[in-house]
Amino acid sequence: MNIFVLMKRTFDTEEKISIVNGKINEEGAEFIINPYDEYAIEEAIQVRDKHGGEVTVITVGSEEAEKELRTALAMGCDKAVLINIDDDVEEQDQYTTAKVLAEYLKDKNPDLILAGNVAIDGGSGQVGPRVAELLGIPYVTTITKLDIVDGGKVTVVRDVEGDEEIIETSLPLLVTAQQGLNEPRYPSLPGIMKAKKKPLEELELDDLDLDEDDVEAKTKTIEVFLPPKREAGKILQGEIADQVKELVQLLRSEAKVV
Amino acid sequence: MARKVLTLAEVRDGSLRNVSFEAIAAAKTIAEGGEVVSVLVGDQVQAHANELIYRGADRVVVIEHPNLKFYTSDGYSQALKAVIDKEQPEGIVFGHTALGKDLSPKLAIKLDAGLVSDVVAVEEAGGNIVFTRPIYSGKAFEKKIVTSGIIFATVRPNNIAPLERDESRTGSVEALAVEIKDLRAIVKEVVRKTAEGVDLTEAKVIVAGGRGVKSAEGFKPLKELAEVLGGAVGASRGACDAGYCDYSLQIGQTGKVVTPDLYIACGISGAIQHLAGMSNSKVIVAINKDPEANIFKVADYGIVGDLFEVVPLLTEEFKKLKVHS
Ligand SMILES: Cc1cc2nc3c(=O)[nH]c(=O)nc-3n(C[C@H](O)[C@H](O)[C@H](O)COP(=O)(O)OP(=O)(O)OC[C@H]3O[C@@H](n4cnc5c(N)ncnc54)[C@H](O)[C@@H]3O)c2cc1C
Ligand SMILES: Cc1cc2nc3c(=O)[nH]c(=O)nc-3n(C[C@H](O)[C@H](O)[C@H](O)COP(=O)(O)OP(=O)(O)OC[C@H]3O[C@@H](n4cnc5c(N)ncnc54)[C@H](O)[C@@H]3O)c2cc1C
Repeated sequence: MNIFVLMKRTFDTEEKISIVNGKINEEGAEFIINPYDEYAIEEAIQVRDKHGGEVTVITVGSEEAEKELRTALAMGCDKAVLINIDDDVEEQDQYTTAKVLAEYLKDKNPDLILAGNVAIDGGSGQVGPRVAELLGIPYVTTITKLDIVDGGKVTVVRDVEGDEEIIETSLPLLVTAQQGLNEPRYPSLPGIMKAKKKPLEELELDDLDLDEDDVEAKTKTIEVFLPPKREAGKILQGEIADQVKELVQLLRSEAKVV
Repeated sequence: MARKVLTLAEVRDGSLRNVSFEAIAAAKTIAEGGEVVSVLVGDQVQAHANELIYRGADRVVVIEHPNLKFYTSDGYSQALKAVIDKEQPEGIVFGHTALGKDLSPKLAIKLDAGLVSDVVAVEEAGGNIVFTRPIYSGKAFEKKIVTSGIIFATVRPNNIAPLERDESRTGSVEALAVEIKDLRAIVKEVVRKTAEGVDLTEAKVIVAGGRGVKSAEGFKPLKELAEVLGGAVGASRGACDAGYCDYSLQIGQTGKVVTPDLYIACGISGAIQHLAGMSNSKVIVAINKDPEANIFKVADYGIVGDLFEVVPLLTEEFKKLKVHS
């Protein structure tokens, strides 16, 4: 089976966010594989181990993303592709990213594409479905279970705001991973050694026969700001029973939320 | 510049979701005096049309088809594409719900359009429609504009104030016949796992439990408190990982991001990933037996104590309040 994973490099969830010169400050920040994409990678590896084939992990990003691609290879992906459009594109949005990914994928005959359901930084959840639609294949988002039977029939369980849908569909297919799909493995030491020798291809816009105009962003960020800092509030004192009474009073008359 | 703006209404458990009305309010801002047309899609949903008018839609288009009984991206995109081709709107607003998240990127591709997802505020400023949306799961925000093509956005539930309901509003309700076919993914079954009642992302009050709740049983007092307040129960990842509750209740950077009026955190330490999901709530109450717990740094009110003592007392106190008012 020909399996692809769409992976985004993102800030470690431990990171505090600060803004310098109107931009998110990346200086000194730790980066990770977007947590949902780890589920996608794990699932891809499991599908390959069961049904055979090859897993290629792809990212649109800067050179630094090689580190996260190597981690994916160490987990067990077979090949990696880094599409670096930094030099060609000034403004980038989900339209751009999806177009670039789809252009790469369109002649690769993917059977299964896995993505995260959302990136924890950009947070739009658009890229997976956009890529599927550009390729003309069906997709199912926020899945928690994937079963592929011979002949390309697929049953998936989809999380819908806490309820579950059992969905029948078929390959070729794109799915996006929800928490609960699996337990992503840690790269093993031999895995890390092997990853160094696995193929990692680097491409630019030119290599995809795309012009800057073809992928021009349709939206633009005009400002980035931090939410107002929350002040530590009032720690109530006294007997617990009295604290509870006081709290209800405060919620009612001061905060006016009940 | 007056624009025609389309909104998608959503029906769940036989009633319209609030976010349908919030989408109308957002659409009004985008329309700048133009027409707001709400689209109602499903199998036997016509009965909800008037309510959308009362909530501010100028017109309602209803598309009914047996193949629209369950949401599928293929089915719904055929329906929506048909209205869009007919109406030629300059703006579109969906809710940022499971349905809206799944459908909007597909339509955006069909329309060769950009899409601003998960919007918490919309305004007209300097000749642009400016959207505010959280990034880094609420650790920061960005303002975005659409630079080319149709203005397409999804709005996060519970953030944009709906218009006052007004039964004197009038508007036309039209049916549109659309052939819905060739569904490539079919919903075989829906397994209901959530309790009837308030959806976490739409709840005005959330009572959330963490590892301090200690067991699935331990969530019971929290449920009782939520019930008295007409709210929903949420959880930290700590509680989900420990198996006390389902992952669908998880709040935080890799769970749901919520903005209720009142968030009561019980036995939650306040890890940065949890704070990302709830710290934009209007009022935060923390109940934790550790006075040094990080959660107190973002709480408006804190009680240092055992949640199993505090939570039932709170429930009692709120019950009294209810009887009196
Ligand atoms: C140089 C540069 C400039 C940028 N400029 C802007 C800007 O001006 N305005 C703006 O809004 N954004 C900008 N971005 C951000 C970028 O456009 C978005 O982050 C990206 O399109 C993904 O959107 P998202 O974060 O909402 O991902 P989502 O749609 O939430 O991601 C869902 C899933 O899609 C896949 N995916 C997402 N992104 C990628 C990727 N890059 N490669 C492979 N798979 C992916 C992953 O599986 C992910 O889990 C810029 C990024 C770069 C690198
Ligand atoms: C990639 C990644 C993503 C993550 N995403 C999320 C996310 O989306 N959401 C999330 O919540 N976490 C997330 N986490 C996990 C996060 O780092 C914390 O581990 C988690 O939030 C801790 O849960 P907790 O507060 O319930 O547990 P703990 O940190 O163990 O805290 C339990 C608290 O309960 C208190 N307590 C114990 N008994 C009582 C009692 N009887 N009465 C009152 N108080 C009591 C204790 O004092 C303590 O403060 C993520 C982590 C990673 C690495």
